[in-house]
Amino acid sequence: MTSASLEKSPNVDDWLTVSSDNLITIRTGKVDIGQRISTSLAIIAAEELDIDYDRIHVERTQTGVAPDEGVTAGSNSMEQSATAIRAASATARHHMLLLAAKALEVDVNTLEVSDGLITSRDINRSITYSDLMEGKEFGIAVDTNAKIKVPSEQSVVGTKVVPKGLNEIVTGNFQYVHDMTMDGMMHARVVRPPHYHARLKSLDENKIKKLQLEGVKIIINGSFIAVAHEDEYRAIKARDRMAAAVTWNLADGLLVNDLYEALLSNPRVSHQLVDGVPDDEPIPKLGNPPDEATKTISARYEKPYIMHASVAPSAAFALAEASKIKIWCHSQGVYILRNSAAEALGMKPEDLVITHVPGPGCYGHNGADDVAFDAALVARALPEIPVLLKWTREDEHAWEPYGSAMVMELRGSLNRQGDVIEWSHDTYSDTHSMRPFPGPNGLGPGRLIGSRYMDPSVPPTPPQPTGGSHNGKFRNQDPLYTFPNRRIVKHLVKDLPLRCSSLRALGGYANIFALESFMDELSLEANMDAVDFRLMHLSDIRAKNVIEAAAEAFGWPGNNSKGVGCGLAFGQYKNIKTYAAVAIEVEVTDNAEIKLRRAVIAADAGHVIDPSGLIVQLEGGVIQAASWTLYEQVLYDRGGITSRDWDSYPILRFGNVPSIKTILMERPGKPFLGAGEATTGPTAAAIANAVYRATGLRLRRLPLTPEAVKLAALS
Amino acid sequence: MTTFTLLVNGTNHSFETDPATPLIFILRNQLNYTGPKLGCGLETCGACAVLVDGEAELSCTRAASEFEGKQIITIEGLSLNGNLSAVQQAFMDEGAAQCGYCTPGIIIAVTGLISKTSKPSDGEINEALEKHLCRCGSHANVIKAVKRLTAGGPNID
Repeated sequence: MTSASLEKSPNVDDWLTVSSDNLITIRTGKVDIGQRISTSLAIIAAEELDIDYDRIHVERTQTGVAPDEGVTAGSNSMEQSATAIRAASATARHHMLLLAAKALEVDVNTLEVSDGLITSRDINRSITYSDLMEGKEFGIAVDTNAKIKVPSEQSVVGTKVVPKGLNEIVTGNFQYVHDMTMDGMMHARVVRPPHYHARLKSLDENKIKKLQLEGVKIIINGSFIAVAHEDEYRAIKARDRMAAAVTWNLADGLLVNDLYEALLSNPRVSHQLVDGVPDDEPIPKLGNPPDEATKTISARYEKPYIMHASVAPSAAFALAEASKIKIWCHSQGVYILRNSAAEALGMKPEDLVITHVPGPGCYGHNGADDVAFDAALVARALPEIPVLLKWTREDEHAWEPYGSAMVMELRGSLNRQGDVIEWSHDTYSDTHSMRPFPGPNGLGPGRLIGSRYMDPSVPPTPPQPTGGSHNGKFRNQDPLYTFPNRRIVKHLVKDLPLRCSSLRALGGYANIFALESFMDELSLEANMDAVDFRLMHLSDIRAKNVIEAAAEAFGWPGNNSKGVGCGLAFGQYKNIKTYAAVAIEVEVTDNAEIKLRRAVIAADAGHVIDPSGLIVQLEGGVIQAASWTLYEQVLYDRGGITSRDWDSYPILRFGNVPSIKTILMERPGKPFLGAGEATTGPTAAAIANAVYRATGLRLRRLPLTPEAVKLAALS
Repeated sequence: MTTFTLLVNGTNHSFETDPATPLIFILRNQLNYTGPKLGCGLETCGACAVLVDGEAELSCTRAASEFEGKQIITIEGLSLNGNLSAVQQAFMDEGAAQCGYCTPGIIIAVTGLISKTSKPSDGEINEALEKHLCRCGSHANVIKAVKRLTAGGPNID
């Protein structure tokens, strides 16, 4: 089995190194963003190397050193990096056994390994991995056919381990980029314009001089303005004073037309999908329902802009020395960032060295890349001075790239037996893909927010329709159900007001919200139980199994009376990754608040490497998606983003966390499937379906706030 | 500039700094206690919580000089002897963190809570944690950790 990761980094030495005391360092292009990928990768390496898990150290990802595995995204890390590290570890073990046989002068088949100690059954002699390999290179390619353990031979995989970094986290010793220090460093803050389209008009030179006399460094590069000082609090104060020294040309401000109307009527580029993949055929018209249809219903679902809203504002550390700039940041893709940032700065990529240092959970493309570029602009203006640039809470809320607003229009027809005999789904959305990929046509720099403001400025890169399978806005748009006569169309809508990029599950969250809400609406038309209706339209046994397991553990259909209701929804992420069914019981209070009482998740992620980590990801997905679903929308007016803090952009708090029970399907030997995004869409639909059973109200516009419930009750 | 003294994790430290500087910057940048986190600077997320005379309080806006004469404990101060506190151990056992940025503040809040009431009700737990935001969704495991600590075992439903 080969992979793109191994094609780029084919050698064992690319992936692992043995040092003293049988310590193994593994390198990966996939970064840990709180999703515990380093724990899973360490388990895989420990298993194949027959070495204690605690001896595995996962090295920070650095350009020029770590394998280039693109971006840590799309629930791909297990399939890509873990597959590569498993093969590299198995190859390394085999190689070291051959070396040991030679050193011990025994037959390789007599050797056994325990925690890196290689012993021959025939003679009373042994040798360690370190004895053989310390300070040496393997000098061999990863053998993709190297024998890997079968499930019955595994002793680490599937067990509970202490997650990498957890001890440091609970003792306050985990080092985030925000905690970095260097001698002579300065703290920097950016002075932002009121909104995207504002540019520098004039500066109050007297105020600036006063700041400079107080030791504040002022960086002005076109309309990119920042301040820096040795003392962090004084840097914060200086930012406020500098903001008062700047007058902005506000231009026309943000567009404030009706958002959902704009999604349906603005210029757009449309493609139909066949098996989840867009093609260039003409868009099929939505014609009359089939003759045998006894019922046909339509519904429109709407999702606002939402934000990643990491608890830590993004931050980066940078140092410009001679012709090089070093950056430490929490980007999910250090190589693509390096290439686009270098292009924007007019540098050679190898002169920019980017190292991943942990930051907050990011859940997609948040401000991590942007702040790294901001820090580079500041560092370049302050050569030889180490700079720690932190975005403020307001920066993060108002300037991160959001998850696009979306409209989903669905139509379905049933025959007399309740079979879905026609299915149509149009999705209208801005882009979900504006990570700083270099190119095409030199467009990489325009994907970094700072480049719009520096001189010379780079215009924002216009979104392009994406291809591939289940990408961006059309992720999970094509249902896994066995519907004939599908018409699936995606529309990339232009001229929308806010900056967008990838947010956990991309379009999959809203598409599954829509299609799984619509499944419940159709099941009612068919007079069928919502679970039976889904099972009837599935042929994939693993899909059926998670739905059945969730329904059984939940006690489906559960309690549905007097303001209490239960809902269930299903999705297989991208139709190829983790299968997840989520059942939720809600209570709708007299004040129209939706209280989450309990939830059950059933998930099939293939062969489970780290069950605790998997459960945390699945449950975290439910909680985050519940927050999006109940509370969240980015608000704005002509003057800019108005969701600028936690009061104006509330998220879910401890008081509304359901009890959660998670069932993992046992699939030993099956390929492991990415799971970090799998529960988000099903959670939204399960809540909406539960609210319907509690109140009789079908809510199709997110978020499901008390105002939305009251409005639905009135109409 | 004035001189003031703070008692942090059992040790007195004197500072010659703008006394209006919020406590968190003194802890992080002068004492290198980086466990308290800057999340908002507005007292709205809980990441900066420290114990002040045993109560969980936020450190991101109030002037450091206001804390003179009080006993300040940061997350690092809970395990100064190298042993995890019972609360920290419960968070380890339940894996009650993901990215971990909010975790020190939450552990401080739970420590403050159980020092007052060893068997908090669900309502008291929610109240103590209400101002603490977690974006990764580690809430379910945090609640399990608190229950493990206060009920002598994990919360099994």
